[in-house]
Amino acid sequence: MEPAVLTGEHFLNGDVACAEGALAAGCRFFAGYPITPATEIAEHMSKRLPGVGGVFIQMEDEISAMAAIIGASCAGVKSMTATSGPGFSLMMENIGLGIAMETPCVLVNVQRAGPSTGLPTLGAQGDMMQARWGSHGHYEIIALSPCSPQEIFYQTITAFNLSETYRIPVLIMADEIVGHLAERVIIPQSSKISLQSRPRAKGRKDRFKPFHPGANGVAPMAHAGEGYMVHFTGLTHDERGYPAMTADAQAEMIERITGKIQRNLDKIIQVERYRLEDADIALVSYGISSRSSLAAVDEARERGVKAGLLRLITVWPFPEQIVRELAKRVKRFITVELNLGQIHLEVQRCAEGRAPCLLVGHAGGAVITPEDIVKKILEQT
Amino acid sequence: MRKEILITGLGGQGIVLAGQVLGMAACIEDHLESSFTQSYGPEARGGACSAQLVISDKPIHYPYVRAADILVCMSQTGYEKYHHLLRAEGTLIVDQDMVRSWEGASGDVFPVPATRMAEELGRKMMANIVMLGFVTSVTGAVSLKGMLSSVADSVPKGTEKTNIAAFTKGYDLGQAMLKARTKKAAGNKNKEQG
Repeated sequence: MEPAVLTGEHFLNGDVACAEGALAAGCRFFAGYPITPATEIAEHMSKRLPGVGGVFIQMEDEISAMAAIIGASCAGVKSMTATSGPGFSLMMENIGLGIAMETPCVLVNVQRAGPSTGLPTLGAQGDMMQARWGSHGHYEIIALSPCSPQEIFYQTITAFNLSETYRIPVLIMADEIVGHLAERVIIPQSSKISLQSRPRAKGRKDRFKPFHPGANGVAPMAHAGEGYMVHFTGLTHDERGYPAMTADAQAEMIERITGKIQRNLDKIIQVERYRLEDADIALVSYGISSRSSLAAVDEARERGVKAGLLRLITVWPFPEQIVRELAKRVKRFITVELNLGQIHLEVQRCAEGRAPCLLVGHAGGAVITPEDIVKKILEQT
Repeated sequence: MRKEILITGLGGQGIVLAGQVLGMAACIEDHLESSFTQSYGPEARGGACSAQLVISDKPIHYPYVRAADILVCMSQTGYEKYHHLLRAEGTLIVDQDMVRSWEGASGDVFPVPATRMAEELGRKMMANIVMLGFVTSVTGAVSLKGMLSSVADSVPKGTEKTNIAAFTKGYDLGQAMLKARTKKAAGNKNKEQG
């Protein structure tokens, strides 16, 4: 066996750092279909998994890749897939299945510019709303957005921990630039990495109810083959997992899958505040765009403008309360993202008219430069 | 200290690997912050590509080159597309057989026969490593010790020796060129004094 945690100092790109984070988190199953700019994740997992007792499968497409990781997770193995735009679209239906079956798993989207085949080798952040609402029906999702190889390493571990704790597919919404950007990545000793596991079934196997929630709203999980009575379906189901075709059963199930996230927002949501204490202008950004924003904050401050940055580490669930509080004291919001206004709409919604919300957007295929942002900031003063 | 390095050329020339090797030397061996990004097209070979490296002693926010201190060009298109990004007082290093014309170039120019030297060593594909030796020698942006270990760690197993030989060729040429320049400068100075 090879070591699963490569403790030490490395110079890695974001894709490889993501794969190493997954291995450090205990991921032992990867199913995927190669696609630029996420291919390096699959490639690295295919090299590493056999050496740590795991399984890698290259599937026939992204639909089956998503189905396979749900299946592996139901059998008790931490599992992951990685893709980009077109593959993300194909995975949408089975993301819904993972949500309905409350199956822990991690999906990485290394975003490229779309729609359709778009710009395969060039970055964008155009799938942020698709991440929130791309599968049909009403549900909650958790999505993280990394801004560096070091951060994607840790976020992948966090993604597994959240998916296990809340029994939900967790999305890592990276972008081509972070995926292909190489920087220092420090991998800690495995004893320093805290890992969470799904709540497990206990008690009489014949009376087990696979969707009966525990104290934090999350139902303990029995794995296939353990002898517990389990039934999984994408149809609306009761606590036994059996189809229940009534409005009452629907209300109960949707309350469970949304409530377990909404009641734990403070434990899920993470943001970084940069020079925000006395800021008049609050930038809101995530992923690679937040790096340009950090530079822009410093440059604006050098010119005497009090700018700060709210960097979203968790994008979904959206940090509503944090933006609401900020709206009471900042003069302007400027959202910076590689699309023409997606998270911008969320900021607008949460600002509730208290502060004007502006956008530095871009259709994708390049990065937003610090100059673009500084120009917008100076226009406001 | 913030140094911005831009390496340009064609897919297949090992441009991206060159950036990776430099970035790794700066990060792991020289203990600096380094951010390495790449841009390439959908073609496997022959398309224009570039590697961008930012090295700093402080955290790097924006990881792209805004005004290059060092521009390395291994193709004519690479030179034409990127030479405007070179600082006026920057260093331009061109593969003199691949870039035929660098008229009007700003900065300090070093023409290097990297591809020819690699061919003489028996492997044209080591031109990138010859170039790295030269860059290390004339710019001092990364340490020699760091580069030697970074090159050995990054090339295919079994080819370490030949690659280090290629690197050393480039490095030695750089040292010789610097020496010749110093001599010439000293000569000019003597003439002025005389």
